[in-house]
Amino acid sequence: MQFIRAHVLVCGGTGCMSSGSRQVQAGLEDEIARRGLDNEVKVVQTGCHGFCEMGPLMIIYPEGVFYVSVKAEDVPEIVETHLYKGRIIERLLYREPLSQKSIPSYDEINFYKKQRRIILSNCGHINPDEINEYIAAGGYEALGKALTLMTPAAVTEEVKKSGLRGRGGAGFPTGMKWQFARQSPGEKKYVVCNADEGDPGAFMDRSVLEGDPHRVIEGMIICGYAIGADEGYIYVRAEYPLAIKRLRTAIAQAEEMGFLGKDVFGSGFNFALHIKEGAGAFVCGEETALLQSIEGRRGMPRPRPPFPAVSGLWGKPTNINNVETFANIASIIVDGAEKYAEIGTEKSKGTKVFALTGKINNTGLAEVPMGITMREIIYDIGGGIVDGKKFKAVQIGGPSGGCLPEDMLDLTIDYDSLTAAGAMMGSGGLVVMDETTCMVDVAKFFLTFTQSESCGKCTPCREGTKRMLEILTRITNGEGREGDIALLEDLARGIKQTALCGLGQTAPNPVLSTLKYFRHEYEAHIKDHVCPAGACSNLTGYTITDDCRGCGMCKKVCPVGAIAGEIKERHVIKHKVCIKCGACEGKCPFKAIRKGA
Amino acid sequence: MKSLEELKKLREKLQSDTKLRAADGIKVIVGMGTCGIAAGAREVMAALMEEVKKRGLAGVVFQQTGCIGMCEKEVLVDIILPGAPRITYGNVRPSDAGRLVAEHVINGQIVKDLVVAKSV
Repeated sequence: MQFIRAHVLVCGGTGCMSSGSRQVQAGLEDEIARRGLDNEVKVVQTGCHGFCEMGPLMIIYPEGVFYVSVKAEDVPEIVETHLYKGRIIERLLYREPLSQKSIPSYDEINFYKKQRRIILSNCGHINPDEINEYIAAGGYEALGKALTLMTPAAVTEEVKKSGLRGRGGAGFPTGMKWQFARQSPGEKKYVVCNADEGDPGAFMDRSVLEGDPHRVIEGMIICGYAIGADEGYIYVRAEYPLAIKRLRTAIAQAEEMGFLGKDVFGSGFNFALHIKEGAGAFVCGEETALLQSIEGRRGMPRPRPPFPAVSGLWGKPTNINNVETFANIASIIVDGAEKYAEIGTEKSKGTKVFALTGKINNTGLAEVPMGITMREIIYDIGGGIVDGKKFKAVQIGGPSGGCLPEDMLDLTIDYDSLTAAGAMMGSGGLVVMDETTCMVDVAKFFLTFTQSESCGKCTPCREGTKRMLEILTRITNGEGREGDIALLEDLARGIKQTALCGLGQTAPNPVLSTLKYFRHEYEAHIKDHVCPAGACSNLTGYTITDDCRGCGMCKKVCPVGAIAGEIKERHVIKHKVCIKCGACEGKCPFKAIRKGA
Repeated sequence: MKSLEELKKLREKLQSDTKLRAADGIKVIVGMGTCGIAAGAREVMAALMEEVKKRGLAGVVFQQTGCIGMCEKEVLVDIILPGAPRITYGNVRPSDAGRLVAEHVINGQIVKDLVVAKSV
């Protein structure tokens, strides 16, 4: 007899896998079989739930109980107590950090309450390796509707009306892009999905591909129909092996079911889909470099125009969108453009997935309506700053984006407000920083990244970012010179105006935005030789305050003999000798030793 | 895949597999305290599931619960139809599964001789 009465959903996203979900799932399957429950309980591996901080995650249906931080040792208890006897295991429930209340169900957790999940609606709730679960959740209805009830022009018009803008960076209206490709003359056209997600701290595209690959595939096929293309490529970076594996499975299943291939839905429309693995160059996320790379050439950008819509892959008209953009298409077609456009602000419609990382309590993925404030994302969904420290800045948009300070927390987020503030939507990576982060150091970090990823084709980017990085390194080493700030600004302006592609044009943004909002930190480094955050080791020293009682503990623990003073008298640190190891700070019983200026 | 109709039919068929992840439907709750297990709750639940499976019923959700204090009357089984009060049956044996499913789950008729309680 087989009657499945319970489903155990184990998260198989990359985050949960690295915290041990594979062992949990294997243990679970063994234990269920050992208890003879394998005919009535089904274990399902899902994609990412977004709440990676609390992984590995598990949901047990029919109750819908949500367990967090599940370890392999917990498995026997889960099978015995929950699956056999039907009792909820209190200690594995999520505990709200503020109220300390345990919460059994998913929707009542603050992290999820303020989210609006459209793109991520299936992620964590269906098995991504099983096309049937996608269909049961309403999948491929959009494709059927588009192919059998709408003309290609009507599909394009619907996407235009929805107000959807590209989720990969620049925010160009997607419907317009489709229309350009549609109107380009030519028999052969291509659809390309940019899945070369490379911004530090961004992982929304990976999660969508891993958790709901069919949603992206469906969006691409619809695009093919709209612009008149019969072939598509997904360009995925090789660093996403799980995403590639799930995509391969998904494509094979879609072919078998007839969603890909010849005469889809009896409409006479044909579409074939291929995967191209990228080799890890950040610049290949730039569309012209990406197309070169698919063609088997060195991934370097070329000047535009001609735009890919006119001359793209192998010189044919090509429409290229990123993963999250394609993931929006199905709901626009099924629910209609008007319904979709109800969400968001005047010029930015729909939802956006943000990846929360850095000094934030709830690391993970949050899908929110456009127009939400940064404060809501960081405090309500993200649970605030780690260890109760003070918020300093949030970096948004990756290496092309900028840092926003505390007084911008109430900014409503959309494409235009972020650009006006000196940042950009980018792919939606949010890196949260607290008071111990040095903003010059942050600018240096991002510039180091773009500098090493610069392809070297154009001089402003190749040489300019190098010079900027040299100056930043000098400043953080305490060797900043008078005039460095002006020089940085001058270089930044030049690079922005003259670099060939988006990588170079936006590379100075982290420097410019930190100069805009945290100029005093640069000045402190250069003029006072001090790092206000206490992060740059050359510019940080320890001092002993008036709270010193002269106990001598610090003197004893100092490995280099840098502390002088008589018992019961205030001690002093000889800065020339001090190696800034911090041992004295940890030892002082009176908290009289402070780091910083 | 040749038409939208075909897809919709396939979807309906497939949804029975994932339906138990949605919160609605008929609930059958079996008492799985130590007392219940000792009185044969596992066997009763297996018989009930067999019966539901045999009749191809979709949307019947099984849950277990702990001891509610009426250990004397175990195995206890609760059946809740949407919008109807919770009916508790006592001293249920595997051989009663057919009647409970046919009369209560399918036809909404309470099996009077086994009832021990009713609550909203």
